[in-house]
Amino acid sequence: MAAETITIKGIREGLVVTLPESYGAWPEALARLERRLNASPAFFKGARMGLVVGARNLSEDDIRAVRDMLLRHDVTLWALISDETSAQVAAAHLGLDTKLPARDLRAERSERIQPARPAPHEPQPAVAPPSADVSDMAMIVRRTLRSGVRLHNPGSIVIIGDVHPGAEVIAGGDVVVWGKLHGTVHAGAFGDDEAVVCALDLAPTQLRIGRYFTRSPDERRRKAQPETGRVKSGRIEVVAWNPKGSER
Amino acid sequence: MAGKIITVTSGKGGVGKTTVTANIGVALAMLGKRVVCLDADIGLRNLDVVMGLENRIVYDVVDVVEGRCKLRQALIKDKRLPELCLLPAAQTRDKSAVKPDDLIRVCDQLRADHDFVLIDSAAGIEEGFRTAMAPADTILIVTNPEVSAVRDADRVIGLLEAAEKDPAKLIVNRLKPDVVSRGDMLDTSDVLEILAIELLGIIPDDELVLISTNRGRPVAMDEKSQAGLAFRNIARRLLGEDVPFQTFRGQSNIFQRFFRMIHSDGRQG
Repeated sequence: MAAETITIKGIREGLVVTLPESYGAWPEALARLERRLNASPAFFKGARMGLVVGARNLSEDDIRAVRDMLLRHDVTLWALISDETSAQVAAAHLGLDTKLPARDLRAERSERIQPARPAPHEPQPAVAPPSADVSDMAMIVRRTLRSGVRLHNPGSIVIIGDVHPGAEVIAGGDVVVWGKLHGTVHAGAFGDDEAVVCALDLAPTQLRIGRYFTRSPDERRRKAQPETGRVKSGRIEVVAWNPKGSER
Repeated sequence: MAGKIITVTSGKGGVGKTTVTANIGVALAMLGKRVVCLDADIGLRNLDVVMGLENRIVYDVVDVVEGRCKLRQALIKDKRLPELCLLPAAQTRDKSAVKPDDLIRVCDQLRADHDFVLIDSAAGIEEGFRTAMAPADTILIVTNPEVSAVRDADRVIGLLEAAEKDPAKLIVNRLKPDVVSRGDMLDTSDVLEILAIELLGIIPDDELVLISTNRGRPVAMDEKSQAGLAFRNIARRLLGEDVPFQTFRGQSNIFQRFFRMIHSDGRQG
């Protein structure tokens, strides 16, 4: 089988998923896309997805079929990018975008960097397929995420700003917040229990790492301090940053 | 000089958008500015009731948009304040009757011979909200010092940022200083820390607001009311004056006594 697989990227508008040529004709590509969604429901739930289909010429019914399939997985289709004019017309007719937005670097300042942490070599949890099909890039976001915003990236996410209650951050890799993290966060959303979450003020509504999840303590915090959350012996542990040297 | 369009919104319902719109309108008019208060909450109109002008409605904003009357005919002049008028909402229609472009057109016309157009938005983040935002030069977010209202305000601020509107300004309504000083209510600084936008005013919880609303005589006209003073201060800040914020905190006893005093006054009058 060809090594070519689905690629997933995160941009400001949501996820961008590219179906490679090797996935074959539409019904088969659609079925394989659905298998991919089933493999990591935690990552895809609630996402917005733009689909790059290449030279496939889709009818309005085809596009409706994928939109409805995605909706069953709580994924909203916001764009369908095809090389074929008639598919573009059909997508536009359904109110979908047909182009990816031109990156405005001044507005977003989202850049892609190589991950600092090598992919875990130890046995991957059975729930997640090896993330070879995942763009292993980090996304840097320099703005505050307010209630109602949901950020997805298959790689890691770095936020320079705050994450307010009601906002959600879902990353395949680590999540680093240079600011307050008071929303919901899921690191290692493909099932990577080795992922970490750190923030200058780590007080998330819910903290999920891989297959684990926890809440912040109910009592009000005394003073914000930088902390890191990671999974240790089967539960999420939160450790304060120690200026005199780190454990581990 | 062209007038300024200010939209008052909140996300959550029931936090006092309509009261704030009416009172800022009154306060600006008391300072001699020509003001139109525009009710964009089509189908659930009540700005006219709060302003005490309900019984004078002949035409409404939907009539204007659909060409059944001239804009001038639909404007209701407030007899107490010659500079103030109201463009009421329609009660029998819904939000789809006025599109964003329609409201922009109406506001551009009003701008020509008024200093301020204050738009009372519908609650929520749907069609009515988007329509009310479309013409705005400045957006005022009203919230109460409670977690649910602040959460919704945060969502609205995020939507406005995404729409690349100018940063909104905040009005904290219904602050109970005695409850705050007991530590049982969010303080203004807590709200500001969460929302991180500029504060335009703090309105203390004041029974006179309720009384005046029911009488159709906005509290800003009441020289004795603390809330009225807060609204007049907001109007002055909108005109660019640097007005210090009233301090409510830690004065609960004086404050309560003061409240009781003005309340008994209110009953006698």
